[in-house]
Amino acid sequence: MVGYVIRRLLLAVFVLWGVATVVFVIVRMVPADPALLIAGETATPQQLAELRHQMGLDLPLIVQYGRYLGDALVGNFGNSYVLSVPAMYLIGQALPNTALLAVLALLLALAVSFPLGLLAALRVNRFGDRAVTTGSLIVQALPGFWVGVVLLLVFSRTLKWLPSAGLTDVQSLILPTIVLALPFIAILTRLTRSGLLEVIGEGYIQTARAKGLPERTVIFPHAIRNAIIPIITVVGLEFGTLLGGAVITETVFSFPGIGRLLVSSIQVRDYNVVQACVVIIAAAFVIINLIVDLLYAYLDPRMRLAK
Amino acid sequence: MTFAPPTIALHAMQRARRARGAVTARIAVPLIVIGLLTVGAVIVPILYHYDPLHADLLARLKPPGATLSDGSTAILGTDQVGSDLFAQMMDGIRVSLIVGAFTLLIAGVIGVLLGLLAGYFGGWFDAVLMRIADIQLAFPSILLAILIASVLGQGVMNVIIVLSIANWVVFARVTRSQVMSLKGREYVEAARTLGASHFHLIFRTLLPGCIAPILVIATVEFGQVILAEAALSFLGVGVPLGTPSLGSTIASGTQYLATAWWISTLPGIALLILVLATGILGDALRDRLDPRLRSA
Repeated sequence: MVGYVIRRLLLAVFVLWGVATVVFVIVRMVPADPALLIAGETATPQQLAELRHQMGLDLPLIVQYGRYLGDALVGNFGNSYVLSVPAMYLIGQALPNTALLAVLALLLALAVSFPLGLLAALRVNRFGDRAVTTGSLIVQALPGFWVGVVLLLVFSRTLKWLPSAGLTDVQSLILPTIVLALPFIAILTRLTRSGLLEVIGEGYIQTARAKGLPERTVIFPHAIRNAIIPIITVVGLEFGTLLGGAVITETVFSFPGIGRLLVSSIQVRDYNVVQACVVIIAAAFVIINLIVDLLYAYLDPRMRLAK
Repeated sequence: MTFAPPTIALHAMQRARRARGAVTARIAVPLIVIGLLTVGAVIVPILYHYDPLHADLLARLKPPGATLSDGSTAILGTDQVGSDLFAQMMDGIRVSLIVGAFTLLIAGVIGVLLGLLAGYFGGWFDAVLMRIADIQLAFPSILLAILIASVLGQGVMNVIIVLSIANWVVFARVTRSQVMSLKGREYVEAARTLGASHFHLIFRTLLPGCIAPILVIATVEFGQVILAEAALSFLGVGVPLGTPSLGSTIASGTQYLATAWWISTLPGIALLILVLATGILGDALRDRLDPRLRSA
């Protein structure tokens, strides 16, 4: 178990290093000169040179890379070009909102998909199952940003039940949570269904039935406990989809989260903030997957020994 | 177990035949839908003399079914500069299909090639490739696409490049795992014993066995790539202004939600139909070609 934890930690650190490096390379490929972005078009060449020196842009690339990694390690991604405050400060303001949104969406998705998956598995190939399976296929094909726009049109423009943008009160969380949860609901419903179907075919379920246990007892403690394990893994793996979805959902609803911060920073070419957003989102994803993997190993002893 | 009574066996056969018929329908119907959309995407903009840069301010924001000043009918209405929405949507679908097809071609060829080599040779090449895949999978792929698109700038070719970079990993992983499971089979051993070269083993012996899962993945990815292109264009980092994309049409319609609901909603329905068709097709192909991959 200890060996597994150490191996898993090392992989997480490696992946984070890789992400930070990829972001460094991509952002350095930007044709725009950061000094020019800060100083503006009117700056003299001398002012520009001075600013480049201050920002360390005249140093060899490898030195810049070393500094960047060292700074990133302590959470320093430099100042926003536009607002002249540390990029991490902006992220500190936005990240809790996104985390709230992601957790709400996850809870909603679990609350909806579990009963639906259960229904489908217990009524396999009958009407209930067909309806759930078809429905999840349609939901998976829905473009998230479009669903957001349609919900805005119906619930805030036409019916005027819900606010259209920002984060002012609890009501303004409702539509973004639904939009973010939708693809997750589809994936988890299908997974719950197939997981349960697989487990129900196993010998120990037949034994439980043969003992004469009521069907409810067979399904609830016996079948569900084993069907839950793959669901936890997928929740972790798909968390990246959730974070990616947050970028689009937050833009549609002008929700003050890290996704909207990223998109608006790209629009004004505020690359220090862009860099920080991408590294932080990737780090969140890596850490959550690490936790999920360790949880998985704890729940399923077979995993500790594998590979 | 004894023999099943003949009637039960007969029922089972009938059910199996009906199930196969259902799969055929699930393959045929989406193919027809995609085919019709493809034909429409080519013909409709020509029939309508559609020009994305042409503005007709007298005809702007007309609702679906409105008659325009020249006597023609805008069956799906017009947008904020007076373009016919139906023609614009079909032109957008053309962009979606072009981006989808070229992305799959580039990502597929690169991914399959690397996956074949990694699965066949193993060793350090495999290790390096899989670690790169790990790093890349640490990004939500839309995030990677947004980041690269913001550096490359807008453009149809750039969107294709961005989405190819974001999608090759899926092909590499599927091909690699398929190669690993085929490598030990007798027919591969037989070819090796008969003195087949590496080239022959990889491309003539192993590759054909990988085609089924690759085809399934390609179908599913096609829909995802189209969705991703629309999302990038919606965010303003996709196709440039003047190139109609379903995503950018939906984005421009959001400013007119109160007065012209059709601009944002109708292109989304077209997008949904296109992506749903590929999703159903992917599922059906999986059931037909590779029962082991069957998900739900």
